[in-house]
Parts: sequence; C-alpha cells; structure tokens
Amino acid sequence: MTETNREVLLDVKNLEVTFTNNRKKFRAVKDVSFQIYKGETFALVGESGSGKTTIGRAIIGLNETSDGDIIYKGKKINCKLSKEESKEMTRNIQMIFQDPAASLNERATISYCIAEGLDNYKLYKDETERQQKIDAALESVGLLPEHKSRYPHEFSGGQRQRVGVARAMVMEPEFIVADEPISALDVSIRAQVLNLMNKFKIERGLTYLFIAHDLSVVRYFSDRIAVINKGRIVEIAPTEDLFAYPLHPYTRSLLQSVPMPDPRIEKNKELIVYDESKRDLSGEKPKLREIVKDHYVFMNDREKAEYEVQLQKMIEERKQLKVG
Amino acid sequence: MEKNIILSVKDLEVKFKVRDRELTAIRNVSLDFEEGKVVAIVGESGSGKSVFTKTFTGMLDINGRISNGEIYFEGKDISKITDDKDWEQIRGKKIATVFQDPMTSLNPVRTIGYQISEVIIKHQGKSKEEAKQIAIELMEKVGIKDAANRYDEYPFMYSGGMRQRIVIAIALACRPKILICDEPTTALDVTIQAQIIELIKELAKEYEFTTIYITHDLGVVANVADIVAVMYAGQIVEYGLVEEIFYNPQHPYTWGLLSSLPQLGEKGDELFAIKGTPPSLFQEIKGDGFAPRSEYSMKIDFELEPPMFKVSDTHYAKTWLLDPRAPKVEKPKTIQNLHEKMLALTSKGGVYSDRDK
Repeated sequence: MTETNREVLLDVKNLEVTFTNNRKKFRAVKDVSFQIYKGETFALVGESGSGKTTIGRAIIGLNETSDGDIIYKGKKINCKLSKEESKEMTRNIQMIFQDPAASLNERATISYCIAEGLDNYKLYKDETERQQKIDAALESVGLLPEHKSRYPHEFSGGQRQRVGVARAMVMEPEFIVADEPISALDVSIRAQVLNLMNKFKIERGLTYLFIAHDLSVVRYFSDRIAVINKGRIVEIAPTEDLFAYPLHPYTRSLLQSVPMPDPRIEKNKELIVYDESKRDLSGEKPKLREIVKDHYVFMNDREKAEYEVQLQKMIEERKQLKVG
Repeated sequence: MEKNIILSVKDLEVKFKVRDRELTAIRNVSLDFEEGKVVAIVGESGSGKSVFTKTFTGMLDINGRISNGEIYFEGKDISKITDDKDWEQIRGKKIATVFQDPMTSLNPVRTIGYQISEVIIKHQGKSKEEAKQIAIELMEKVGIKDAANRYDEYPFMYSGGMRQRIVIAIALACRPKILICDEPTTALDVTIQAQIIELIKELAKEYEFTTIYITHDLGVVANVADIVAVMYAGQIVEYGLVEEIFYNPQHPYTWGLLSSLPQLGEKGDELFAIKGTPPSLFQEIKGDGFAPRSEYSMKIDFELEPPMFKVSDTHYAKTWLLDPRAPKVEKPKTIQNLHEKMLALTSKGGVYSDRDK
C-alpha cells in the first residue's frame, strides 16, 4: 500500500515541550516522534489540551521545545537559526489558523493581509508583480480582485478563511500547518474550504500537517493519522487502517464518540468512556511500537500480545462481514 | 392520535432594526412542539434557529421584535408579554436554556454552589440551607463527583465539560417544562460531547421535560432527535421524524446539507458543497429562498413561495418539487441508501471503515 522510499519532509524525534507556570513544570508534549512524508496529509487528532496545537506551534517556531529534534529536510530547526535560515523556514512553512476572524488584522485591507508576507520578504520585482501575485492568490481561493480593498469584517466566515488560505499560499510554501482550519465554519462552508485545500495539495504538491478533533473530516482529508492523548501519541496508522483496526483503547473511545449522521446507528450506540485509571497498566513502560507495517501503537510487550489477538479477531470479523 | 402540544408557534415573524434598516430574521414560521419529545432545529448560522427559540423566553436582542404571530404556552400567548416581571415567571422557571459556551453563562467570580442555589432560592423560595442540599443533589445528578466538596469551587477550577454539566444543573434547578439546548456541545470535545448528550437524554427521561435542540451537527441530530425541523433563511423548509429527514428527505436544501457530510466524501473526489450564500434578509425574498442555490429550481421557484406540502402525517416540506405538476426528481445519488453507506463505515463498537468494500 505504501512505498518504502518516500521522502521524509519533516522528522520529529522525541519532542518535548514544557511550560513553566509559577515554577511548576508542565510537560505538554511528551516524547513525541513522527515523520511526515512529502506530499502527504498527516493528521494530528486529539482532544483539547492534548498538546496537538502545541506540536504545530513548535514546528513553526512559536513554542520553544525543551527536548528532542524537529528536522525539516534534513536540517534541525528547533534551535538557534541564522537570520537567513530562519527567514527561509518561515517562508517554506506556513500556517492556517483556526479562527480567521482572530488571525487577520481587522484594520488592514485584504490586499495588505495577503501581501504582508510578500512585503516582508520582497518576493516581487516591482509593484506590478506584487499586484499580480495578490490577484492570483485571491483568484485561486475563489475571491475577486475587487475584494482587495475591503476589510476582514466585511466578509463571511468562509470567505475570511479563504483569505487565511490565500495569505499562506501566496508565499508558495512547501509545508502547511493547518490548525483546525474548518472548526469555526459552517457545515456547508467546510466543504468549500476543504476542497480548496485539497486542490492546492494536488496542484502544488503541498504537504499538510492537519490538526483537528473532528474524525469524520480527518478521515476524508488525510493519508495518515496520529492520535494524541495527554501529550503522548498513542497510535499512528494509515487512515483506513486506523478506522478499520483501531487498537489503543483511547483511539477506540475517540472513534466511538463521533456521532454518525444516521439515526438508526446512533440510537443503538453504546458509549465507551476512556478512563486511564481503570486500565491494567502492569508490565514495563510502554513505547510507541510498530504492530503491523506502518501501524504504531503505544504499548508494552503484554499489551502488544493483547493487541495482536484483537487485531486478528477484527480481521476475521471483517472477512466474515464481507462473505456475509 | 392524540398529541399533547406544549408549545405552539403560529405565523411567527421577527424583525431586527440594524442601522436604520430592517431585516426579517424569522419569516412566518409555524411549529407545534409535542410534550416530552426532542425536537432538533438544524440550519446554517444566520438561518434564524437561535432567534426563533429566543422568542420563547423573551430574550431577543433590544433591536429585535416580534412583528407578527403568536406563541402559545400553557394556554397563553407569550409573544405579547412585554414586562420583564412576567417573563421571569417563564424564563428559567418553565423554559430554561443551556447555551453554547459554559464559560460565558457562568459568573466567574461566584462559586459554583452559589450560582446553583441562587436559582433555587429565587424561584422556589427555599432557605439557604435547603437550597444547598438541593444544589448538591443536582450536582450529583449531572455527574459531578465529590459534589459536596466541589460546591465552594469557582468555575475556572472546572473543565469545560464539567462547566456545561453545571449549566445544565442550573437550568434544571427549577424543573422546567422545556429545556432549550442551543449548540450545547459545540465548544466541547467529541468524547465530552457524547457524555453531555447522554446526560441530557437521561435527565429528560427522569425530569420529563421537552427538549429543543439547536445544532448544525447532523451526527448529534441523529443521536438525540425524535423530530427534526430544517431552517433556511428564517423559515422551516422541512419538518419530519428523524428517520424521515435522514432517509427520505424532500427539500433540496436538506439534500444539500446531507450531501456535504464528510462521511460521504470519497477520498480524492471533491466534497459536495452547496453553491453560493444564503439570501440577504434585508430584502424581500421572492419565491423559494433556496432557489438561487439549488440545482433543482424551476421557474415558479423564483416567482411564488411554495406552501408546506404534506409528505406523510408527520412529514412536511416547503418545495414546489412536491407539487403534482412538478417533474419527478430523485434525491442526489450521494445520499441514496444513506443507512447502508453509513453502516459500511461502521462495524461493531462504532468503528468505521470502508477498506474492504
């Protein structure tokens, strides 16, 4: 299903982020490792407070890391970078934020919002080229050149988020960290923004880190998913595998809580509440380990044995389902 | 069949004054709420679903007014109430609301206990001691562990899900007849959302209140609702039992909403998106408000407003497509066999996959 020689664009190794509050230390991100391949959409899924946004912010350099490496195209980026290098990183890695109303400067025109990055980096020869780039960015997200002189408050939520996308795209980045880009939008608008992001992925070979809590969207949009709970990745798998064979109890509970838009299914659903204190945590310290190809679970030897049995059972059930 | 109607809305029209202009947020809506049932109102933001329910508790913003229609509750037309004293007999007491963001509905500088018992003292005339007792019982009912000790804590010491539980406890303190839940779980995580939904369902059974749910999440609707009302541009465009709305939808707007579900998206294909934007409510809307965005609109849709056509005894839709003279149109392919499609994404324990199909 997956080729072996994929180019690793971003390599996160044993990442730790610690916040200090009144001398109390809080480890928001604990020993997180994952790789993102070029051209894929990698999703980070978890509840609020799980540390998913912190990881995203650490990658673009907004949060300091306390341990571990973030390696972008073979170069460590979570350390002191020269001015040149840091500029290069900022241009290549762009972010789309959750709330377009909060992330756009409300006193600036759309034209300025979009061109700010261009101006900072002088990514144009002359004014004509600058305008051309702004127009092209607007057009690519389905807005009109006449919108340039307007202000963010004059737009609807969906349009504003498109400005947020245009603002990132105009820099021609290679890698985009999208932090809940559609959570603040209406259902019917979500589809528009998702389609737009997909379009750029195909046209420009973009790579996304998609941070979200909504599993139904993630399923449609991403190639691989990492599930994070309390600062720790508990499971990583290709999207279809994760949905078909979720192994970690937290993943299972998360999948189960997403309501399905189908009354007959929903009305017969039983709720599983994940409670770590009720789990058998005996055995040695668990680690994120591969159980089958490309499918990683946070587990120790005892749990691995259990998960293997479980996996076998699920595969059997699935076969029967197909036969029946 | 004898139905017990607890709240009846007739030809309701609500207008707002915005910068010297008037917009019509609710356009001639009639709806009966059956006692003990869960009604979900769905629609995009701006469709008027919140405004609609705010009229039941007299909580319209100061620039809004009911310009026409009646709302009957316990034999009285409450749309005519102007005195806040009179509203206090209904609002919070008989019709309570749980809002989206629990942090804004709770007072950050008062203890949790104070905020619950305040309501009990005010509305039920209990003493401070009695109120505390009832409050602690309520806190336990909504699933707060160690309630007696947490009574004196402040909202910031509670997590988002716990705060919403407290808001629910406050809403239930007066044993309301109707509980309006205005996007009660939108600000919460999915796992917490599932628990809060479950809690509201259990409490509704125990306290026997009627629930009105406002949400845009069709998954939540599928879970909670007995009856669904779909709102668009200030009108109810379709109304029916939850299964009728999901498996036999009739209005093109309902088709659009269902089609844009990400669960129905095939990887690599574009997700369905409803074209365009809702109409401006400042202007008079001619014909069917959804017509400019619909693939199925006919000439008449731009000229004459469609009536509510009857699909079954429980199912109505406001579209000319149901007129006997209209051409036969089938609902879009994407949403045909919805149950089979969703089932294919689910296996035992709510695990979804389409890997092996």
